[in-house]
Amino acid sequence: MTNHIVVSNLNVTAPTGDGDELTIVDDVSFSVGAGEVLALIGESGSGKTTIALTLMGYARGSCRISGGSVRLGELDVLKLGQAGLRDLRGRRVSYVAQSAAAAFNPSRTIMNQVTEAALIHKMATRADAEKRAVELFRDLSLPNPETIGNRYPHQVSGGQLQRLMAAMALITDPELVIFDEPTTALDVTTQIDVLQAFKRVIKERDITAIYVSHDLAVVAQMADRILVLNHGKVIEFGETEQILQRPADSYTQSLVGAVSRKQRQTPLQHDSELPLLEIRGLVAGYGRLDKQGMPDSPILQDISLTIPRGSTLGIIGESGSGKSTLARVVAGLMPVAKGEVLLDGEPLPTTLASRSKEQFRRIQIVFQNADTALNPTHKVSQVLGRPLTFYHGLSDDACRRRIVQILDLVKLPAEMAGRRCGELSGGQKQRINLARALAADPELILCDEVTSALDTVVGSAILDLLAELRQELGVSYMFISHDISTVRSLCDDILVLYEGRAVETGSCSTLETPPFHPYTDMLISSVPELEQGWLERSRHKVSPQLTTPAGMGSPLCPFLNRCPERIAGVCDSLPPPRGSLKNGSEILCHHSK
Amino acid sequence: MNLFRTLGYSGTLGLSLVLFWLFIALFGPALAPHPVGEIVAWDVFEPIGGANLLGTDYLGRDVLSRILHGTRFTVVLAAAAAMLAGFMGVSLGILAAVSPRWVDESMSRFMDALISIPGKIFALVMIAAFGSSLLLLIVIVGVAYTPGCYRIARSLAVNLNQMDFVQVARARGEGRIYLAWAEILPNMIHPMMTDVGLRFVWAVLLLSSLSFLGLGVQPPDADLGSLVRENMGGLAEGAPAVLMPAVAIALVTIGVNLVIDSLRGNVSNTAGSV
Repeated sequence: MTNHIVVSNLNVTAPTGDGDELTIVDDVSFSVGAGEVLALIGESGSGKTTIALTLMGYARGSCRISGGSVRLGELDVLKLGQAGLRDLRGRRVSYVAQSAAAAFNPSRTIMNQVTEAALIHKMATRADAEKRAVELFRDLSLPNPETIGNRYPHQVSGGQLQRLMAAMALITDPELVIFDEPTTALDVTTQIDVLQAFKRVIKERDITAIYVSHDLAVVAQMADRILVLNHGKVIEFGETEQILQRPADSYTQSLVGAVSRKQRQTPLQHDSELPLLEIRGLVAGYGRLDKQGMPDSPILQDISLTIPRGSTLGIIGESGSGKSTLARVVAGLMPVAKGEVLLDGEPLPTTLASRSKEQFRRIQIVFQNADTALNPTHKVSQVLGRPLTFYHGLSDDACRRRIVQILDLVKLPAEMAGRRCGELSGGQKQRINLARALAADPELILCDEVTSALDTVVGSAILDLLAELRQELGVSYMFISHDISTVRSLCDDILVLYEGRAVETGSCSTLETPPFHPYTDMLISSVPELEQGWLERSRHKVSPQLTTPAGMGSPLCPFLNRCPERIAGVCDSLPPPRGSLKNGSEILCHHSK
Repeated sequence: MNLFRTLGYSGTLGLSLVLFWLFIALFGPALAPHPVGEIVAWDVFEPIGGANLLGTDYLGRDVLSRILHGTRFTVVLAAAAAMLAGFMGVSLGILAAVSPRWVDESMSRFMDALISIPGKIFALVMIAAFGSSLLLLIVIVGVAYTPGCYRIARSLAVNLNQMDFVQVARARGEGRIYLAWAEILPNMIHPMMTDVGLRFVWAVLLLSSLSFLGLGVQPPDADLGSLVRENMGGLAEGAPAVLMPAVAIALVTIGVNLVIDSLRGNVSNTAGSV
């Protein structure tokens, strides 16, 4: 196989602001053969996107390509002038960005944008280009390939938009396609559709591609070879099979290790005392309440759950399922329309104003994004000190001592107290975010996607910390996540949310083996596994969607239009009953018998 | 941190201009060769470079001394008015953001009503009703610019109010005062400072135009705007008496503008890095 792309001794630098330059890509060399897929993998800040962009002769912002060469066939990309680059980009090398929603122009039709590259490079007439586009739509298994091009970007779903963006990149038959984290922003159930479509197109058209990702399991499905990066340096470069099975470098081993499952549950003493938190028949949403007390747009419907003292409840669901709303309701940030929230058997007032300081103290919320959850103008000591003085009335001196203790609890050095929140790294911020909740001495911590914004290794360390704190302090968690593997590794009980309804509740062990609710089944089978060929073997099938989905507030099953196991004549006419499966979990489905 | 590097070339130029005018505002009267009202020459509209450095005005008074005395009025009045507008705008804006909806709505609609009255007309009516005095000028110009400040402060505060760290504080059970003072305000100081600087420039221009109409600072004192107006007669001859005060107004506003622009660049930089 001839090497089609050869990158040698590539260096990219960025100015640091005080005149020096920081090397963000350090002496990177690799090659990609024709028809091969190379994955660039690494954590955020490892330089993977920067490298991918240099293949188009582009450096972001004030970065500068300071050395090395990029060869595409006979062409030296870095020596090209403006006209040469214009000719290269979009025609010989094309790019699929992470967020298709942001990459499409909302005011032009999809067809217009997909065919643009072919027309700009004068490679086809409009009619020819449109014909090719329709072929691509069909190959990428998009619904209604003939007419989807007439729609506007907001009229198609996120997963479809991502595939349309791939069509946009492939319209010129480029020699190289760069996929930059194309599925990171998607839900797992959508991701698998997109991956399957990409995989088929890459195979059928024999495309040479660079696949940038932080997710080893996704990469395992797509790539022939993997380049592992850390801090802009090449750590390891090898065949996919070798990297996954026999990683040579310790950093690669830690990456592989962070993906593999690790049980963090601790044995729980279920005494007969009252559950810490109990929710009965909760309804919450936005808008005015009608006569029955239902809000205009209900977000959560008929949710019941219990969290025993010292245990962890995992809430899982895709974006828009109402997970975060549930946490906000418990925290009091959102009003309850119907139902009860009981803390230690006593009803919690539903508005912030009527809660007592003690009730506030016992429930703390930790948000997903530590960047926005910490006030950038405050110092760490201020952030941690406020709950101490606010709830416990500690004096300055006692406060300072306690801050050191709390920092130690989340494994941060005491000097951190003097730093501003804006100066910390992502993992450190998330620890401070957690430490602020701990400072209140809470009994229940609501963790809203606390590891989603973090790299795998850092996220895994935060999960370890959560498990440790639970053992030491006996706190309970409501752990909200879209990622079923983190939920399985930490939680005792699990609640699966779909469109604001609890479709399955059960203990974590019931999620190990079928039977499941059909949605849970889809969710579990969509999570890529760390082995090659999983994508081809996966049981996941795209079920034909019904044209009339049951809307929000309809009593019918919310999963009806996507369900592969729906029973005609039953599911589309009767509301689903709440029944139990033989492994003990409770599901909202006609299949429960 | 190197001040020069944070401000850049234009910012440094602006800062030197601002410092220069502040110096004149503070020490101008002491440096002036003649008292403000003294007639020093028989000849009116003398050119630059005679016995009097910047020539004489329409009554034969020394233009340089008139400017050195007048700068104080322009700079101090405008700064006081801009700060008044900034203070009222920011406090009302934050109040609106953390208050219940009806408080926000009624306050915003009242500000809309105020904003719909043109600033100059408003000032003319108020001066016609109450007569011109320095304090009244500050209040009028301050009030005229409050709605604009309020709009910006409110939209900043409403956005910050939705931020996770404010939600966390709210879920901690904090009161409105704490939310406004400790969580929201520190994050809007920088953009609001820029805004107040911009309003300072407008206030200079509004005060100058009021003085030009004869409604601002009253004789024998004169701010830069009244200096332009009283020497209008010399415009045809290109007399320095009418040009120099106009140049002074321009330099004050350009200086402040340059500083603001460089501040704004820095603010967006820090916002990006947070």
